[in-house]
Amino acid sequence: MNKILIVDDEPNIIMSLEYTFKKNNFQVFIARDGQEALDILQTEIPNIIILDIMMPNVDGYATIEFIKKDQRLTNCKVLFLSAKNKESDIEKGMSLGADAYMTKPFSIKKLVEQVNDLLQQKSKSE
Amino acid sequence: MNSAILLVILSVYLAFLFYIAHWAEKKENSRWANNPYVYSLSLAVYCSAWTYYGSIGVAANSGLSYLPIYIGPVIIIPAWIVILRKIIRISKVNKISSIADFISLRYGNSRFLGALVTLICIFGILPYIALQLKAIAETFHVVAKTAADSNVFSDTTTYVAIALALFASYYGTRYVDASEKRKGIVTAVALESILKLFFFLLLGIYVTFFVFNGFDDIYAQASKLEYFTKRNTIGGIPQAINWFFLCILSLFAIFLLPRQFQMAVIENNRERHVKTAVWLFPLYLLLFNIFVYPVAWSGNILFKGQFVNPDTYSLLIPQLFNNQWMTVLVFLGGFSAAISMIVVSSIGLSTMLSNNLLIPYGFLGKLQSEVQEKNNRRIVTIRKVGIFSLIILSYMIYRVFVLDYNLFSIGMVSFVIIAQLAPAFFGAILWRRGSRNGAVAGMIIGFLICSYTLLIPYALGLTDFDSNFIANGPFGIALLKPFQLFGIDYLDPVPQALFWSILFNVMAYLAVSVSFKGNYRERNYAEMFVDIDRYITRHENAFVWKGTAYTSDIEKVLKRFLGEQRTNRAMNIFRRKYNVDKNEELADARMIKFSENLLTGHIGTASAKILIASVVKEEKITLPEVLRILEESQENITTNKKLTETSNELKEISSQLKNANAALVKKDLQKDEFLGTVTHELRTPITAIRAASEILHDDDEIPEELRKQFLQNIISESDRLNRLIDKILDLERFESGQQQLFIEKGNINSVIKKAISPLKQLMSNKNIKFEFYESEIENWTAFDTERIIQVVTNLLSNAIKFADENHGIITVSVEKNHSETRVKIYNNGKNINPDDADAIFDKFYQSNNQNIKKPIGSGLGLAISKQVIEMHKGKIWMSNHEPEGVTFIFTIPNQNTIL
Repeated sequence: MNKILIVDDEPNIIMSLEYTFKKNNFQVFIARDGQEALDILQTEIPNIIILDIMMPNVDGYATIEFIKKDQRLTNCKVLFLSAKNKESDIEKGMSLGADAYMTKPFSIKKLVEQVNDLLQQKSKSE
Repeated sequence: MNSAILLVILSVYLAFLFYIAHWAEKKENSRWANNPYVYSLSLAVYCSAWTYYGSIGVAANSGLSYLPIYIGPVIIIPAWIVILRKIIRISKVNKISSIADFISLRYGNSRFLGALVTLICIFGILPYIALQLKAIAETFHVVAKTAADSNVFSDTTTYVAIALALFASYYGTRYVDASEKRKGIVTAVALESILKLFFFLLLGIYVTFFVFNGFDDIYAQASKLEYFTKRNTIGGIPQAINWFFLCILSLFAIFLLPRQFQMAVIENNRERHVKTAVWLFPLYLLLFNIFVYPVAWSGNILFKGQFVNPDTYSLLIPQLFNNQWMTVLVFLGGFSAAISMIVVSSIGLSTMLSNNLLIPYGFLGKLQSEVQEKNNRRIVTIRKVGIFSLIILSYMIYRVFVLDYNLFSIGMVSFVIIAQLAPAFFGAILWRRGSRNGAVAGMIIGFLICSYTLLIPYALGLTDFDSNFIANGPFGIALLKPFQLFGIDYLDPVPQALFWSILFNVMAYLAVSVSFKGNYRERNYAEMFVDIDRYITRHENAFVWKGTAYTSDIEKVLKRFLGEQRTNRAMNIFRRKYNVDKNEELADARMIKFSENLLTGHIGTASAKILIASVVKEEKITLPEVLRILEESQENITTNKKLTETSNELKEISSQLKNANAALVKKDLQKDEFLGTVTHELRTPITAIRAASEILHDDDEIPEELRKQFLQNIISESDRLNRLIDKILDLERFESGQQQLFIEKGNINSVIKKAISPLKQLMSNKNIKFEFYESEIENWTAFDTERIIQVVTNLLSNAIKFADENHGIITVSVEKNHSETRVKIYNNGKNINPDDADAIFDKFYQSNNQNIKKPIGSGLGLAISKQVIEMHKGKIWMSNHEPEGVTFIFTIPNQNTIL
């Protein structure tokens, strides 16, 4: 069973994501901001992280920098899911080492496809 | 004395003068040649042979009548300090070389006027020179005891005249530039002035104290003469009027005689020399006149009953007592007086003749030679021949016309003719309106009248009342009797000629000047002459001129007369003076004027104008144009000032713009940030709605409870979206000033209660301890109820969010003092970073302090609250409490009650 970490500060968005990925047989972890996400990552190593950018305390950019520094998380895919939809925002997100970038509002179906694609890439490379 | 010896003495004396002139010329910068005394003594050229011999003749024949000729100058001389200085200044600035130049330049550089003045001067001065030659000739014969030969060529005095003419023509033409100083001549004339005075005084002392026993002796003997009393009274009112006119006449003469103008104006080195002349010259006249009367009456006593010419008393008396040396000395004095006058007058006349008559009327064509040397030689030759022929002409006049007249009467005729220049001359420097046509009309009428009343009768030898013409008038018309014109019979011929000629001259001058406007040139020069002091510094600027000319053409003309070197030097000076670029092709008005001035000294104003005009396409300037040009220059000054002011203003505005631009850039960044935040805030609920909707749409197996939850999310997110839009619009309205307050008096306590009540449930859900302290007194203040509720709700919502999560405390209190109502909302949550104390009131503020949670909500609440409070003219701020707790405070001023 794949593990997924959802990091977002909007409870209603989290609720939709949690429902969707549970239904798709993911083990779902929830974090309300970057700090909580990093706390969870101390113990869990998810296959994929869905990361919002604009969050209180530790934002998405800071969070991915921590993730990329962590040797244990080398195989962990990161997907930015953010309302920041400018080209420069996307470039910045990708340059920080994200594997994919999706803008809000998003299509649940496409997000799931994207997540599955990323996980298949992983299995191929293995 | 043998005439040969006398000739030798004369030659030696002339050689001596020659040497002095030569010496002074060499040492032209020495103190001897350049001092006010030399200048003052040179003015004594006024005392010619007429004074030297003629005064004695008049005094002997008619008593005191010789005096007005000296009283006139003495009366006007104090005014020299003003008038003469002005004339000198004008002449120097314009390089004027003669009185004809002076007058013609003032009246618009008129060629005709210059020629007219020259002609009048020639008519006036030729008899005068003839008078000198007569004096020399007659005294020569007296001293040599020979008789005048009726054959001109066997008369010794003819050769004396020729020698004089050569001397004068050589020395008078040393310079091509006639406005340059002739130091040699001036010094020689000054020396002659000393000598003639000295010899005359010597004679006076000899006669008074050696021939007679002092003044008393002469008086005692003279008073016994039968005509003594008659000749020693003025002679009643008619004679007084005669005196008056003679004074006026000599007063004019001291300014207008070409030789006086030459010495006083052209040869003046420094204006301050006039100061010395003002006292020294009258003193000289006084000394000269001390012994006139005693010598005259001594002659009357000694030669009683004999028919001798009283003009020669001064020679006859020493001769009578066989004092040869005294006789020769007196003769030399008289000779000095005569040749000073002849030389200086002929220089003046020849300059006028060449510059104002010959060159402008015909010889100019021949001066177009490209070689400067040739032109100069030609000019000098014209002048040399001019001087020589003038003197010879005078000698002929003497031989033909004036043999029979006494010196005094010839001099008088000269004076009256010269006086015709007076109205135009004095008008030139005193009256702006005086015009060329006025001057011409006045001079012609004046000259005609004095010709009729004086020149013609004298020339024809009709001075006696025996003549029919004089006694009965032409064709027997009594009113036209030359000496009693229009029936005035109590004046002597000379005063009455002066009276009528000057009267008509002045009337014509005034009438014509007033009736017809002069052209722009005249008015331009009129301004300059009358107000010379204003133009002295930059007179080329004062010249109004319009047209086109090329600098190279003008330079070419200049080179013809000045030579390559001097032209280049002059042009350099000009360029430096006015900061004109060397490559400037077109000449401007200043250049034209400058060049004219340069040439004026060589060939006179009229010719200079014609020459320059030959290479210049001048356009006529009308009066309105002159005025416009003057106005324009005035406007330019004003415009310049305005431009400077505007430029300063622009600088200020530009710096303001820079600041504004910087502020705009900052605002722009803030706007981008704001938009970024707004879109994010808008997308967030939309994202939630979209996600929930998609799940509901695609997933049929969703449990009922979750389905309801998703639908609930959609509803609340939609509400959130709507609120957000409302707030953005609110803020927009506040910031653009479109939002209006509806202010009315109300009790703020009850309004705050109203805001609190919807939130009470939320607070108790969160276990927050809430307290509200109303103000003690009834609080009636003016405010917008809806907006204040909005503010309190915002602040209270924030307080609920940030209050301690488990043991939250919130306190709201209202206070009122004399000036304002103060509302405080406290929560016991974490402190806000003091650095953000102001920034939290910015829209979509996101705290740098990452320790506080991102506020749940729009981030617009505080920004809107600030706008609302500021519109109430109140303040809003926050303060932290130690160790925890934050209070938000806002005030509403009581003065709002007035609203």
